[in-house]
Amino acid sequence: MESKPRFLSILDTITAILFVAAVGMVFFYTPLERTMGQVQKVFYFHVATAWVGMLGFMVAAVVGILYLVKNERKYDIAGLAAIEISLVFFFIAIIMGSIWARPVWNTWWTWDPRLTTATIVELIYAAYMMLRQGIEDPDRRARFGAVYAILGFLSVPLTFISIRLLRTIHPVVVGNSDPSAEGSFSMTGPMKTTFFFSLFTFSVLFVDLFWHRVRIGKLAAKVEELRLKISV
Amino acid sequence: MKREAKLSTRNSSLSAPRSPLRDFLRALWAIVWKDLSAEWRSRELLTAMLIFSLLVILIFNFALELDARARASVTAGVLWVTFAFAGTLGLNRSMATEKDRGCLNGLLLAPVDRSAIYFGKAIGNLIFMFTVELIVLPVYSVLYNINLFRPGLLLVILLGSIGYVAVGTLLSTMAVQARTRDILLPILLFPLIVPVMIAAVKASGGFLQGLPWIEVSTWINLLIVYDVIFVAVAFMFFDYVVEE
Repeated sequence: MESKPRFLSILDTITAILFVAAVGMVFFYTPLERTMGQVQKVFYFHVATAWVGMLGFMVAAVVGILYLVKNERKYDIAGLAAIEISLVFFFIAIIMGSIWARPVWNTWWTWDPRLTTATIVELIYAAYMMLRQGIEDPDRRARFGAVYAILGFLSVPLTFISIRLLRTIHPVVVGNSDPSAEGSFSMTGPMKTTFFFSLFTFSVLFVDLFWHRVRIGKLAAKVEELRLKISV
Repeated sequence: MKREAKLSTRNSSLSAPRSPLRDFLRALWAIVWKDLSAEWRSRELLTAMLIFSLLVILIFNFALELDARARASVTAGVLWVTFAFAGTLGLNRSMATEKDRGCLNGLLLAPVDRSAIYFGKAIGNLIFMFTVELIVLPVYSVLYNINLFRPGLLLVILLGSIGYVAVGTLLSTMAVQARTRDILLPILLFPLIVPVMIAAVKASGGFLQGLPWIEVSTWINLLIVYDVIFVAVAFMFFDYVVEE
């Protein structure tokens, strides 16, 4: 068995340091938002986790295409790794959003485009996991997984547009802001720094977890192979 | 005599220079015809889809208290939920028969383009879906005293069904090859067709309430975009899904 790569251990340490720094910045560096107070601080990690979620789904679609073109097992392992991580992060993003929405929108949940799309995205990738579980043949599982990951990723923008055509109350903090959005605010210098720093931290965290998960996936494939050899 | 004549025409068409498009269309038509004639003899699939649709409408009638006021706002939703549920029945069945009797392997062995198989199955499924819709619409119209035969609504049903069937045919081909096939199709299909459902329900509702075209056209455009993207994508990926 190959031992843990040295650079992966270094990356683990870097991720941990960055994460502690990000938490510190959120609590001690950023100013208190005037109307929302403490609960606004959830925003930094909320956007970062949602970003990691979308990043992983995008990675899965790209390696899905690569798998279909090149037919190499490593792309399948990478696709599954990305989707597993993103499912968890996206779920955390939804939960954090709920925590923020309770005091600001006065409700845990509304059928706003972003919230609804996020839920549908979670369901798409939950279906992806179910599809994989239902197929034993590794080759077919990989092909179907790749096709579904690409289809799912393609449908997300259309889903978002279709729900967006209905009214939205979700604030758009980066880019143009809709005046009817509730709970919107403009970022000051330290807020912006912290925001981009946490985006960066979570991206590094994603890379770190992704690397670990791909390693586990490769080992699992090897175990499966050895088991087949024994049974033969 | 007649048979000989038929054979000779076939031979002449074989010896004539063959155009690829014509071959493709012939293969396509053969697959559609196979599905239709098999269905005509058994009538399993259509009967099941139809009775199921009527049952769904019946259940909605009690669940939603479809009085005159409620009907105006929920008719479009009731119709599309009915079509979506009945559609999964049809899609599952149409692919399961191919898989169970080994017909799919036979089809794959045939010297035709794989996309002809995809479009053949999709057109067959679309015809079943239209048949069910064309029976459900008048029944609903009579039961609830509302005229559903409006050109706008028929256009929405056409576009919505194309999108639904394009994705559904691809996914049902995947689902029947899995261990958990019967429960898998709706789980795979419904999250992907959310845009179709939203746009179709909104556009149908708009036409039923007599809204001007300008307010409905956005939804129609969305349906067209979805149809174009997903027909193309499903056709591209079908090869990977049936490969052995």
